[in-house]
Amino acid sequence: MVEINLNRRQFLKLSGATAATLAVVELGFNEKEVHAQTKELKIAKATVTPTICAFCGVGCGILVHTKDNTVVYTEGDPDSPVNEGTLCSKGTTIRQVFTSEKRLTKPLYRAPGSKKWEEKSWDWMYETIAKRTKETRDKTFIEKENGMFVNKTEAIASLGGAALDNEETYLLAKMMRGLGVVYLEHQARI
Amino acid sequence: MTNHWSDLQNTDCALIMGGNPAENHPISFRWLTKAKEKGGKIVSVDPRFTRTSSKADVYASLRSGTDIAFMGGMINYALENNLIHREYVAEYTNASFIVKKDFEFNDGLFSGYDEATRKYDKTKWAFETDEEGNPKKDKTLTHPRSVFQLMRKHFSRYDVDSVIAVTGTPKEDYLKVCETFCSTSKIGKSGTIMYAMGTTQHTVGTQNVRAFGIIQLLLGNIGLPGGGINAMRGESNVQGSTDFALLYHLLPGYVGTPTAIPEHATLEGYNTKETPSGGYWSNKPKFLVSMLKAWYGPNATKANEFGYQYLPKGNKNYSHINLFNAMYKGELEGAFLFGTNPVVGGPNAGKEKEALSNLKWMVAVDLWETETSAFWQEEAGSDPSKIDTEVFLLPAASSYEKEGSVSNSSRWMQYRWKAIDPKGESLADLEIIHMLVKNLKGLYKNESSAAAKPINALYWNFGEGHHPDIDLVAREINGYDLSTGKLLKGFGDLKDDGTTSSGNWIYSGFYPEEGKNRSKNRDNKDTGGGNFLNWAYAWPANRRILYNRASADPSGKPWSDKKAVIWWDESQKKWTGNDIPDFKPTVAPADPGGTNPFIMINGGVAGVYAPTLNDGPFPEHYEPFESPVKNSFSSQEINPAVVIIEGEFNLKGDSKKYPIVGTTYRVSEHWQSGSMTRNQEWLSELAGHMYIEMSEELAKEKGIKNKDKIIVSSARGDIKAYAMVTKRFKPHMMNGKKVHQVGMPWHFGYKGYATGDTANRLTPHIGDANTTIPEYKAFLCDIRRAD
Repeated sequence: MVEINLNRRQFLKLSGATAATLAVVELGFNEKEVHAQTKELKIAKATVTPTICAFCGVGCGILVHTKDNTVVYTEGDPDSPVNEGTLCSKGTTIRQVFTSEKRLTKPLYRAPGSKKWEEKSWDWMYETIAKRTKETRDKTFIEKENGMFVNKTEAIASLGGAALDNEETYLLAKMMRGLGVVYLEHQARI
Repeated sequence: MTNHWSDLQNTDCALIMGGNPAENHPISFRWLTKAKEKGGKIVSVDPRFTRTSSKADVYASLRSGTDIAFMGGMINYALENNLIHREYVAEYTNASFIVKKDFEFNDGLFSGYDEATRKYDKTKWAFETDEEGNPKKDKTLTHPRSVFQLMRKHFSRYDVDSVIAVTGTPKEDYLKVCETFCSTSKIGKSGTIMYAMGTTQHTVGTQNVRAFGIIQLLLGNIGLPGGGINAMRGESNVQGSTDFALLYHLLPGYVGTPTAIPEHATLEGYNTKETPSGGYWSNKPKFLVSMLKAWYGPNATKANEFGYQYLPKGNKNYSHINLFNAMYKGELEGAFLFGTNPVVGGPNAGKEKEALSNLKWMVAVDLWETETSAFWQEEAGSDPSKIDTEVFLLPAASSYEKEGSVSNSSRWMQYRWKAIDPKGESLADLEIIHMLVKNLKGLYKNESSAAAKPINALYWNFGEGHHPDIDLVAREINGYDLSTGKLLKGFGDLKDDGTTSSGNWIYSGFYPEEGKNRSKNRDNKDTGGGNFLNWAYAWPANRRILYNRASADPSGKPWSDKKAVIWWDESQKKWTGNDIPDFKPTVAPADPGGTNPFIMINGGVAGVYAPTLNDGPFPEHYEPFESPVKNSFSSQEINPAVVIIEGEFNLKGDSKKYPIVGTTYRVSEHWQSGSMTRNQEWLSELAGHMYIEMSEELAKEKGIKNKDKIIVSSARGDIKAYAMVTKRFKPHMMNGKKVHQVGMPWHFGYKGYATGDTANRLTPHIGDANTTIPEYKAFLCDIRRAD
């Protein structure tokens, strides 16, 4: 697992809790009773995971706080020498990439001529896409041109990938070239 | 970027042109602010007074599409006023090379032009060579056919008055920019140029960048801290996705794809044709063979040319515009889209949307339902009953719902750990790609057809489960010594005999031994100069400032102590300093090649003269595809080497009907085509409406008030938006002629919380002569009130 400098986080959590405790003790209240009623900080007991922002190419470090299977908070990573804890408007709101109700959560299929999406299983999607790809590829595959091997199909295109991880772009290029795709393009061109 | 974000603090002057980091790369700006605190200057050149301009010491406007005139004038200013680093120019660039007599330049055309094919015969631009084939040189730079003298002659036409008559820049502003930036020619000073799509998205985009290269070499600014040419990348991993070659003309690590030409019929033929005799690219066969070993594994043998024949070989330009033209003509059946939204982001987006309906099937992998995956809906203005395209929309996990690395603008490969399981049924793209390949391999398993062979040969060994083992992918990228099975220490160990593998040679070394994936490095102690060598991993070989050998003089001593990066340590007999040398560390200054910092280039010096480009060895001003004025530099109106697609797919507007220059830009709150931000509540609320920004003067002429609903039209389409009347645009005054310009964000579409018309319905389908990057940034339009 990643080694991150959690001292500052731990310090903040500790100091918050300590301050609250001291305040009530000094005022002479029943410490336990008040403490039970104190609202716990949203990020208390959250798991903190470092990531890199998903937007522009600056590559700011972000800490993602997760708890109860949701993202409770995100903030700039103070350890990153790129942003030293700061973030812009997009980096600051990156939590909503997870929480937005607009997120797709199921594979969707649109049949020819249809007006609507239909929910399908992943297996059905993989099988059907592979079948379509194979049909098109087999029909249009060019093994040789002027006596030389060209092993290509000019009937399938692949677009996009600037938001994928390096490992994903690597597999995507390998897959597409492996299929003989020559129309391979992405955002670096546009 | 040749340099990196935190290095910006070391600059004495940042020329920001064709980019707006204060709004589009906001956190980068803190390093510029630090530079300012140390006395550095910021110069902003932009058609619009942006938030970057508001933080600049010097601002100058220019008409969109006149960057070469602007920079040509600066090159001339530097040469005429002797504001150049002469020794650097003579020793580290090809300014001393002698060009053959065949080179000519007349009325906007270089020698060797063929009008019928719109192509140049580049052999006309070649250097004179000695018996051994090396270029002849004159280091006094006085030979009339030396690159230096030809350059001086070429740019002498770019005198200040001729320049500003084209750019529309106020003279005093123009001179102030030239004076401020050229002051970095002094030893002990460095200047950086920062740019983005405002530079590249033109029919002369490559030459715009070339002009930056020339001035930076003349000023001696490449290889220095606070120097370099720094392209600000707009997506979190567009650096990585380019390195990994999601582009028609490349294989991973910038190795060119083999094409269907006779010379590429065999691996040996490809290597002979594509491998230069000198420079680091002379190792290209090692990179290619090691990649083939990674791709085809045990199926890549010496006997079968390591699987070279399995690679597809195209015979044309398959770039974005041509891809959509082919789709428009019905030549494509299927398309995979991974997190991309061309119905908003593509040029002439209305036509790109129409083209999609000619597909038989489309697979879209995304976090959201985008304007592209929903192109068939009534909401998109389509009649679903007439569109037969099958659409498969696969939900993808977001960046922190999976693990993997991304490479930022600085070439820093940084790791993202998984914070939470993917939302709903969404999955990491890694798994989706893996499962698609596994399914396809399953279908072909028992076949031996021509089509089956390459896919059956593809080595796919990333674990048995649905989710591939990302560590195995990372190792495959780094590469192995196949005789010992050990991870490779770096690309210096690659071989061309099939005994090494590496999926992408430029990344080889990021995972040099067991348990040591260096993209996961998180030691943030400054190791000197702000280079943070132990934070993440920078390709190549963890070097942070490219060409850093040029920060030292030919004898190996830094040009100045203030700008030292690496230097020759005679006692240790090696290069040492604050950065990893971008140079062979044991090659002494007196050794052969010891004074050649540009190690990738055959000959080891940088090219102020580039006889390899499609549109000429020097940048020359041409007007955009659509321009409000005639070209006053020559009778060539547009770049003579661009390919023009005629007909419906690329309608051209006339300046009589469309007299206003239009351009597009971005805002801080939205990102690219907006699908990642218009689907979030807060950002949608912060910037919720499509608008067209214009000057007070233009608004007055058209009777338009702030917030009026207006219509912008171009030859390609009309869009409706709110008018935003500001002082940030001013009419360009060119020789007494007034030309108006408007600008607009291109983030909007009809999906998400914040919706609006799509700016790219206005932009044309024409690309740069070298890269085919579309000319989004300068087109003609007109505006009127909507009611």
